[in-house]
Amino acid sequence: MTEKIGVYVCHCGTNIAGTVDVEGVAKWAAEYLKHRGVVIARDYKFMCSSLGQELIEKDIKELGLTRVVVAACSPHLHEKTFRNACKNAGLNPYLCELVSIREQVSWVHTDKAVATEKSKAIVSGGVERVIWDEPLEPLRVPINPATLVVGGGIAGIQAALEIADAGYHVYMVEREPSIGGHMAQFDKTFPTLDCSACILTPKMVDVGNHKNITLLTWAEVTNVDGYVGNFQATIHQKPRYVNTDLCTGCGICQEKCPKKVIDDVFEAGLGKRKAIYTPFPQAVPNFPVLDKANCTYFLRGTCKACEKFCPTGAIDFTQQDEYIQVDVGQIILATGYDLFDVRRMPQYGYGRLANVFTSLEFERLSNASGPTGGKMVLRDAVTTPTSVAIVHCVGSRDKNYNSYCSSICCMQSLKFAHLVHERTGAEVYNCYIDIRTPAKGYEEFYQRLLEEGTHFIRGKVAEVTNAARVPEEEGKLIVQVEDTLIGKQRRIPVDMVILSAGLEPRHDAKDVARLFGISCSADGWYIERHPKLDPVATMTEGVYIAGVVQGPKDIPASVAQGAAAAARALGKIQQKEVAMEPIRATINQDKCSGCRICNNLCPFNAILFHEDKMVSEVNPALCQGCGTCVAACPAGAISGTVFSNEQILAQLEGLLLLNLKQLELEPVPS
Amino acid sequence: MSTNEKPKFAMYWACACGGCEIAVLNIHEKILDVDANFEVVFWPVAMDAKYKDVEAMEDSSILLTLFNGAIRNDENEYMARLLRQKSKILVAFGSCANEGAMPALANLYNINEIVDTAFSTLTTDNPQNIRPNTSYSVPEGELHIPTLYPAVRTLDQVVPVDYYMPGCPPESHQIAAVIDLVVQVLQGKAELPPAGSVIGAGGSTVCDDCPRKRNEKKIKKFERIQNIMIDPDLCILEQGVLCSGPATRSGCTALCPKAGSPCIGCYGPAEGAEDYGSRLMTAVASVIDSNDPAEIERIFEGIPDPVGQFYRFNLAGSLLRFSKSAWKG
Amino acid sequence: MSDQFEPVIIGFTCNWCSYRAADMAGTARMKYAPNIRLIRLMCSGRLDPTFVMKAFAGGADGVMITGCHPGDCHYVEQNYKALRRFIILKKTLTQFGIEPGRLKLLWASAAEGAIFTDEVNKFVEQVRELGPLQWPTSGGGLEQMFAVPEHMLVKEVAA
Repeated sequence: MTEKIGVYVCHCGTNIAGTVDVEGVAKWAAEYLKHRGVVIARDYKFMCSSLGQELIEKDIKELGLTRVVVAACSPHLHEKTFRNACKNAGLNPYLCELVSIREQVSWVHTDKAVATEKSKAIVSGGVERVIWDEPLEPLRVPINPATLVVGGGIAGIQAALEIADAGYHVYMVEREPSIGGHMAQFDKTFPTLDCSACILTPKMVDVGNHKNITLLTWAEVTNVDGYVGNFQATIHQKPRYVNTDLCTGCGICQEKCPKKVIDDVFEAGLGKRKAIYTPFPQAVPNFPVLDKANCTYFLRGTCKACEKFCPTGAIDFTQQDEYIQVDVGQIILATGYDLFDVRRMPQYGYGRLANVFTSLEFERLSNASGPTGGKMVLRDAVTTPTSVAIVHCVGSRDKNYNSYCSSICCMQSLKFAHLVHERTGAEVYNCYIDIRTPAKGYEEFYQRLLEEGTHFIRGKVAEVTNAARVPEEEGKLIVQVEDTLIGKQRRIPVDMVILSAGLEPRHDAKDVARLFGISCSADGWYIERHPKLDPVATMTEGVYIAGVVQGPKDIPASVAQGAAAAARALGKIQQKEVAMEPIRATINQDKCSGCRICNNLCPFNAILFHEDKMVSEVNPALCQGCGTCVAACPAGAISGTVFSNEQILAQLEGLLLLNLKQLELEPVPS
Repeated sequence: MSTNEKPKFAMYWACACGGCEIAVLNIHEKILDVDANFEVVFWPVAMDAKYKDVEAMEDSSILLTLFNGAIRNDENEYMARLLRQKSKILVAFGSCANEGAMPALANLYNINEIVDTAFSTLTTDNPQNIRPNTSYSVPEGELHIPTLYPAVRTLDQVVPVDYYMPGCPPESHQIAAVIDLVVQVLQGKAELPPAGSVIGAGGSTVCDDCPRKRNEKKIKKFERIQNIMIDPDLCILEQGVLCSGPATRSGCTALCPKAGSPCIGCYGPAEGAEDYGSRLMTAVASVIDSNDPAEIERIFEGIPDPVGQFYRFNLAGSLLRFSKSAWKG
Repeated sequence: MSDQFEPVIIGFTCNWCSYRAADMAGTARMKYAPNIRLIRLMCSGRLDPTFVMKAFAGGADGVMITGCHPGDCHYVEQNYKALRRFIILKKTLTQFGIEPGRLKLLWASAAEGAIFTDEVNKFVEQVRELGPLQWPTSGGGLEQMFAVPEHMLVKEVAA
């Protein structure tokens, strides 16, 4: 019995038909592949439309088609569409192939004759492959309703609250002592100038108090095993040296601790903290952490002031690292960003010239609970600046560092300009390349800044220096910049320079991505499943991304993504099970000789060896379908579904048009 | 076929060494079963029949022909076609007929190169540097000697084959088992396997029969068997000596590994493998313990003759079949 | 088109990176030589040396193996297995007389449509320089190679 194959060649409007003779390809398939089982070949304007799909469904029912080949766009777009059409007509969806003659032919080649010939070869490959397709069912696995959220910034917080409010359990893991992320460091948020902590802390408190959220701060995920619906995560709980069951968060230990340390995390290096500390007053959870590397007791065996004064005896110097295993169904990564290290641009003088500040430093300067109590002063802690320059695009939009735009720095720079006006009345110079104010209220905010008398200079700052050339420049920082709108070089003497540093992936983003089995782009941001249509899912089922970890964005976008990731997770939880593509390897135990060559090839540990039977076996629950063991087995004992040897070799023969040379039908695959 | 006459049996050697014939004789007294159940009509090693005797036979009159040896020249091809015509069941017997075996290693060279080498060795007395002609005119007519084809072929690349018996040679106990089966079929007590099957062999690979202990394999260096002391209880491949067992069809009872020698692959590929060498290449790639290109290259230098190693018995039966020198000259 | 030799190249791509790079090249309307025909695998680790052998034996003039960058494999480290197989294949094919320039390994991430395009174009030119392979197992080459000598035809051998 030979298969009855239907071939459908899509015009895709003029996307394909403009370059490929689609009618010609269909006619060719009907004639030249007839001996291979093609009983009907059609061409149509938009195969993915409901009318297009109906063509397929009708032919399946009326002509008794047993296989379907669609030549159209990339399988990544519409494979599911056509498989569903087949399913609706009663044909197993895995007996349908979608071959690309758009992304692979009409969009990338110009010669029409050659493009048409290549399309024929591609259709031929599809036809040969589809003959070897087998009917399959998606694998259904139960979903553990708990979710792991990694990262306690605003995106992670939003995601966690959405899921927890819906009634499902969340484990939130945050590597710092408190959640809040970078947003907790900000003073005001643009464009409304809401106090950042005021809008953030209620959510933080909700997380801390939520009965459905297990909050693990000062902790990191060290290992992840499993697959969607069934992940096992190992969390390393670093020792706080504080017994959280006894601690009341009174803060006496911090008061009494004699050791001061520069806080280069929360205070961005601008202020100090103690060796035992909570990063900020509204910290959640409100338990301090003892910094072992700077603690007098751990260094020299003396002090112990915190222990002496703690009213509940909560200090515990003997606390150990703990490793906690949690079982979850899905994971949301919201690990945020690091600031571009402005020391990589020595021409801006950060570190060398005292009054050059980074954006995060300025946030702390401006913040009422910051090291200066919100007083906008120079490094001498006394002098109020009379002139301030704000440099846009430091480390962004720059081929030498990061080519991308960091999205938030223009608004942030405008915000800084406003705050400087408000608090100091200083002259403010914003040196910019373009002003990017796309979202709601942003352009209006820019207008406001213009009306406030901000000086806008369109030019990339070449240098910040204290080398005065004229008397007016003495004791000032001089910003050297070309004002491109007037076509002149300018030297602007100011008291303070703020560098709007770009956003970069966390320094260990790549390692963390590997831990969770997802990929980073060349810039280091985590890759979404589709840049337009699926920004919070990743290629790994069950792992989502939200917030700046996916790419620079502002707070509303981070919140939206956190909620979106939560919605995706909740959708799966509600379905109670997840359907996975049945792309799996199987070992034929009769053929397997127990050579064990496959045993160390599987990164998911899906291959087991049975000593008693001297054969290996693939665990279908762990198998991710990469096919490496299928290719590796010297005995040919391992077969793979959806990408079997027969299917691939047949497609190869079809692409090389070897099937045209056969005048008789081959024996059917058994 | 008449019920009074015994069914006919033939065995022929093409480009062969004679080992297959010896393997058949090594079934010892079972040879009497052959004699009891068959009439041997053509077997050059054992009896004096001529080609014209075979030409005179009726089509499909020989029930069972065991054809060993590869197809090197036009005489081999002629006899393959003749015996196909005259036989009901044609078996590709032995590695040469199945895959090309040793003769097929000649496929790495151009035929002129081979002839040159043969006719100009140190021990060849050929002062005028003559090369043979395939035809020579005499008053009585044209005389011919067989023409060498540019490359060696397997039996089934020339004629359709009913069954395949691999091995260099096929093990005598397997030959005995096949003879038993055929006798049973003749007596109506058993059925022949589907046409095209491999018989006289197992369904797995040599490792299935090998008693050595095996663990996960991580090779940092390939060794030659004589350079290291082989642990008799541990997998040979694991110790760095390239044993082809994992890719070679079972059936021989893993004789060589049991004797302390790595399997060289004479039983051909496992069921379903289109290209034996590919299976061995992928096995080697899997056991090389490195992800660094420079180190991988260095480890692979321990296999200085890849084609000879990966396609030792299987060059003619592989997907590429021969090297460019064979056909491009 | 001119009469110049147009090589046929078979490209193996991995679903997560290099196939998406090809898709991206398409979406961005980048142009590359039409000589390449792609086969999608889930992972470059799925690449069986048999596929490469079959491609050359079947008439391809060049074969390109593509996958994710080392360290970025969607299945963690399977592209390294492809790397090992590629190295072995290259040496073995060279001994067969198939020039090393006919087999290429390319790492391309999903965002590298431009790199994919460039490398395909470069490879097509590279193979074009080497000329057609025309392995006798494809097309009518075998009949030519094993043509029965005339004097043997007189005897009317049966097939």
